[in-house]
Amino acid sequence: MTHPLLDIRNLHLTMTSFDGAAHVLNGIDLTVNRGEIWGLVGESGCGKSLTGLSISRLVSTPPARYIDGEILFEGRDILSLPAKEVQSLRGKRIGMIFQDPTTNLNPSYRIGEQLVDVALAAARHDASILDCPPNASRRERRRAARRLAGDMLDRVGIPNAEARLDNYPHEFSGGMRQRVLIAMALIGRPDLLIADEPTTALDVSVQAQILKLLKGTVADHFIGVILITHNLGVVAETCSHVAVMYAGNIVESGPVAEVIERPAHPYTKALMASIPTKHSKRGSLNGLGGSVPNLISAPPGCRFAPRCPHAVEACTQTLPKPVQVGGTHHAACIRLTETEDLVDA
Amino acid sequence: MSEIAQTSEAEIPRPADDRLRRALFRFRQSKLSMLGAAVVAIVLFFTAFGTVLAPYPEHIAGAVDTANRFQPPSLTHPFGTNELGQDVLSLVMAGATVSVLAGFGVVLIGTLIGTLVGAVAGFVGGWTDEGLMRLTDLTLTIPSLILAMAIAAALGPGFTNMVIAISLSWWPGYARLVRGEVLAAREEVYVTAARAIGANPSRILFRHILPNVVSPIIVKMSLDMGFAILTVAGLGFIGIGVRPPTPEWGTLLSLSRSYMPDYWWTAMAPGMAMFFAVFGFNLLGDGLRDILDPKARR
Amino acid sequence: MPEPILQIENVSKIYGARRTLFGRTAEVQALNNVSISVQKGESFGLVGESGSGKTTLTRSILHLETPTAGRILFEGQDLALLSSAELRRLRARVQIVFQDPYASLNPRMSVRDIVTEPMLVHNDILNLSRVQRTDRAAELLSLVGLGPQHLSRFPHEFSGGQRQRICIARALASGPELLLLDEPTSALDVSVQAQVLNLLCDLQDRLGLTYFFISHDLAVVRYLCDRVALIYRGELVEEGETDEIFDAPKSDYAKMLIGAMPEVKVRGNAA
Repeated sequence: MTHPLLDIRNLHLTMTSFDGAAHVLNGIDLTVNRGEIWGLVGESGCGKSLTGLSISRLVSTPPARYIDGEILFEGRDILSLPAKEVQSLRGKRIGMIFQDPTTNLNPSYRIGEQLVDVALAAARHDASILDCPPNASRRERRRAARRLAGDMLDRVGIPNAEARLDNYPHEFSGGMRQRVLIAMALIGRPDLLIADEPTTALDVSVQAQILKLLKGTVADHFIGVILITHNLGVVAETCSHVAVMYAGNIVESGPVAEVIERPAHPYTKALMASIPTKHSKRGSLNGLGGSVPNLISAPPGCRFAPRCPHAVEACTQTLPKPVQVGGTHHAACIRLTETEDLVDA
Repeated sequence: MSEIAQTSEAEIPRPADDRLRRALFRFRQSKLSMLGAAVVAIVLFFTAFGTVLAPYPEHIAGAVDTANRFQPPSLTHPFGTNELGQDVLSLVMAGATVSVLAGFGVVLIGTLIGTLVGAVAGFVGGWTDEGLMRLTDLTLTIPSLILAMAIAAALGPGFTNMVIAISLSWWPGYARLVRGEVLAAREEVYVTAARAIGANPSRILFRHILPNVVSPIIVKMSLDMGFAILTVAGLGFIGIGVRPPTPEWGTLLSLSRSYMPDYWWTAMAPGMAMFFAVFGFNLLGDGLRDILDPKARR
Repeated sequence: MPEPILQIENVSKIYGARRTLFGRTAEVQALNNVSISVQKGESFGLVGESGSGKTTLTRSILHLETPTAGRILFEGQDLALLSSAELRRLRARVQIVFQDPYASLNPRMSVRDIVTEPMLVHNDILNLSRVQRTDRAAELLSLVGLGPQHLSRFPHEFSGGQRQRICIARALASGPELLLLDEPTSALDVSVQAQVLNLLCDLQDRLGLTYFFISHDLAVVRYLCDRVALIYRGELVEEGETDEIFDAPKSDYAKMLIGAMPEVKVRGNAA
């Protein structure tokens, strides 16, 4: 059997600060195949961004420290690869898009130059993307790279792409800049795209366009995507699979339709209940009491137990293992059967 | 829905001095900052007690011992004696008082004037801003030592006049710093919130803006202390600062210059004292900047 | 018929062209002939995307900005015609909660100072002694779900949701009738957002407040507001009852916006 595109196994990460070492990733397991869009959802501080950054090894160590686990990208452990090889993966095999499109483009270079640079760097790894003979001169390669940059901008839906290459980042709107960043992330034909809150800073109408673009990209190039977001609505509309994170654990994962239709873990249920929908009556939203636990002296049991309405003594003893709920739908909770009848309540 | 949901967000069991503890922790992380703090502590100690602790207090008052002039460093005179047979160590220890106090006075007065000018300019804006800042620029165009010399010449020599003279050329830096900080703080949301509450301008300036621009001012004061001490010494060196027999580092250095290099120890001690004072205050300033103003770090 | 508490009549705001080193900047029309009327005791939602002019409108209502044309009336009084003393008294009755709970509290002030400040500023009306002010601050804190033990704490010791509660307590301190809520939950996590939204609903029921709720989050607006106005590039596009607008939007913009809204559609939710 061939390797899955990305396989994160039992990933543990600690962060050391003034107060001590916080166990911020507490055994993450996640498998992403080509053609899948995984939504990684959770509230601030749950470790979703750190998981994304770990995949491109962009977490600085120290203060972080990987104490266990591996991140297998097509079977090779990213955490134990030499820095140089990780460098060659980043931006070429693994693309990244961040939340704030303004800070991720250099304001003093034209969009075209920045895209050409990325394309030329990517071509060193895989010459075929430039679509020019291997013995081509530098000039020809630059021209090919520029052609490719124009193509990419066109593909992400920027009108009049060829001319826009000569514009500076400040001449683009927020949504357009995010498109440029997506084009930049896709130019090296990555196999895995990690998008960390790519639409949070954008207006809803622009967000819809960007998400559609992301979905189209997966269909066209058959790549894997990890979409990190706090918005369950975005996940429901965009992703094929979802992993819900809480305090450094994946508490529930599976196909989007199943998780959203039949959330099994109490945290997922609580999260869903706090979203105002068409039918929620005024004053009837069920917010989640309590707050995210302090990860520095996290108790051994289920990290959600202190806020969980169904928690019993046993929950505080050991960390629950993922239990199959149906198909590939898993939830890490020992009280699943007891709370089953509460799903629709 | 009559009952208000009590927040059950976890109580944060932190002592009130948490911020201070964190700051000290960060400060201690840097060995150079600690070294700076130690040096400054020693300098301040001599500022306070130098005159009292000096082994030959009579020399500080101006007593002369010509029989023992130009003694090289020995156990009785660790830094030797000068052309009048006075103990150099005693003079340098006593000089700390004058030099550091003068430096402190200069920085303090400069900060007061500069903060006032900068805060008013930044807060009021418009023509007031223009006028005050052009005045500041004008002051900046005149070399500070020359301005101080001119003022000292006009007011006559002496400790107070020297401090006033240097202060008057010292404030523009603070005015510019404070104006910039006030301009930035004025746009903070909590300032808009205060305006929306109906707070009057003086309340906004003194309660909401100034407390939040104190950190960079303190950092600059600490960094400036060293240069202020140097400037005081500079005026003493060219002879328009404190007059002998009152010991002052610059004056001591100036007097010993004619006896170089044969009687090098007479210059060595005040020079080293100045070096350590400036060095210590600069390290301390850098350390303070790291904890108070993390944005500016490296 | 209920009386309007806030009337915005044909308000326009043009930011003038400025002369810079490289020539003149263009004029910006931030608001174009906007008219809105908010009734006493209702929740009125103003929805707009970035650059729609909703911030300019909020600042105009607070009189932090003067409209180029048109009038803003609070209980029939034109803001532009008020003396500065009258305006200051008005500020006690119109308060605001800002979007970012991290930026809207002065980091150097204790919670007691933050919550009592409006009382101090308006003490000519409220006439409270120092002890009374502290008592009232403690009352307000428990009203928003915090406790008197938090009085001596500083903002940095609180989470985002708790800070927003402090902001709400501060806004209520001067006893306002109209509360401007400028995206009060968009910086918060969903579970915390739900708590704050519930708190807002409850406070309105208890204190009879009028809300002017500014947001780009349609789901939140639909949840909280009785009536909604959509604003696009400084112009009022559509206005009406919340249910009407969400169920049968008339303008293309409203249709597009509602269509673009990411939603979790679950069968079980209808129950």
